[in-house]
Amino acid sequence: MNTHHDQELSELKDKLLTMASLTEEAITQAVKALVERDDEVARKVKVADNLIDRLELEIDEMAIVLLSKAPLARDLRFIVVAMKISQNLERVGDEATAIAKRAIKLNQEPQLKPYVDIPRMAELALSMIKDSLDAFITRDAAKARAVLPRDEEVNAMHKQLQRELVSYMLEAPPNISRCLHLMQVAKRIERIADHGTNIAEEVVYLHEGRDIRHLKAQGVEE
Amino acid sequence: MAIVSNVTISADSIAAMPAAIEARDVKLYYGASQALKGISMTMREKLVTAFIGPSGCGKSTFLRCFNRMNDLIDNVRITGLIEIDGQDIYGKDIDVIELRKRVGMVFQKSNPFPKSIYENVAYGLRLQGIKSKSDLDDTVEQSLRGAAIWDEVKDRLHSSALGLSGGQQQRLCIARAIAIKPEILLMDEPASALDPIATAKIEELIVELKKDFTIVIVTHNMQQAARISDQTAFFYLGELIEFDTTKKIFTNPSKQQTEDYVTGRFG
Repeated sequence: MNTHHDQELSELKDKLLTMASLTEEAITQAVKALVERDDEVARKVKVADNLIDRLELEIDEMAIVLLSKAPLARDLRFIVVAMKISQNLERVGDEATAIAKRAIKLNQEPQLKPYVDIPRMAELALSMIKDSLDAFITRDAAKARAVLPRDEEVNAMHKQLQRELVSYMLEAPPNISRCLHLMQVAKRIERIADHGTNIAEEVVYLHEGRDIRHLKAQGVEE
Repeated sequence: MAIVSNVTISADSIAAMPAAIEARDVKLYYGASQALKGISMTMREKLVTAFIGPSGCGKSTFLRCFNRMNDLIDNVRITGLIEIDGQDIYGKDIDVIELRKRVGMVFQKSNPFPKSIYENVAYGLRLQGIKSKSDLDDTVEQSLRGAAIWDEVKDRLHSSALGLSGGQQQRLCIARAIAIKPEILLMDEPASALDPIATAKIEELIVELKKDFTIVIVTHNMQQAARISDQTAFFYLGELIEFDTTKKIFTNPSKQQTEDYVTGRFG
């Protein structure tokens, strides 16, 4: 019964998955542009980001129409969560674009040092986005929960990288502009991990109906 | 008293509220067929409790148990216990007329008497032996105000109630029901025959009325249940499938059957 309604929900899901794969690709490309010092790849990120932005608009429009039909229970949670995930993905697309821009600037100067931690950090952040979206598709709240601790790891790597970059700056002032770019890159990756956390939390809400965000504010100890 | 918001009310705080109606293992038979299969639930004072479920699931039948309207039907047999304020309403010493004063009812189709607006509201009061014109005037005004229809009818109190619109008639019936100051108001799809504007007025009124009354409402409109009720009970085939806060029922029900029903995937 209600196949028309189910079809509309499934179209929304498909669109979100398209957006997700474009976003994952944008992160990968942005990091590649940096590590391989490839301006051409960096410019592709901007193109992908435009598509991601358009999908955000389309998803919101579909979701508003679906909400006007007054869905309830799982359908209601699904639509609201789809809107929130798409908003997070759109921000991830912006972060990837910002990384690509910094890559183009960095590529104009000799490489300060081999990039080791940044790709590792990016990989971890990307895995958070990927796994939370997998959990969304496979209805696996446990997988979404498993994403959450990784944010701490990313934060720790970010701090360590900051310290390292400060030491480069202290060592030689000509390093400063490159270090500042790299600091921005690290910050953007750290934000991507935060969006991964947000998506994972939304996925837990979708599948369990439990809001696990801001537990302190909820007065809950988990 | 502030109105308790059904968005924020928690299951714990509901459980701490005094019971208005307590049903224990209520079974009802129409002749040989069983319409209610052992319903147990507690409706709390000054909350709105909504009954939802497909046609024929027993929700109206159950509602009518609370003021013994089913007594009027031949061949009905009821077992189990229904207490209102701790009193067994099927007990031997119960005066059914007295019970129906305490438990008022509003029906799907408005049913004003073919009398004036004033007389519709005064009728029950006269039956109670109130004769003083000023007392009657006061209570009629108070009730019409309480039912949010005073401003629309105050200049034509003595014209026929049948000249009112459907939504006005329904609010008049609510005024008539609250005039005799019941504790509980039962509403059987009170807005199902009304347009969205009249429906919105009735819903607004219900939320106002819960300051003073315990309300139990049967509705087929799930968004209506979501908008006005604090607790929602889902019935299916004579059984109570799930009973919880309205928020829980409509955002994350525990039972698959409830989920299927509220998302329209039933059957």
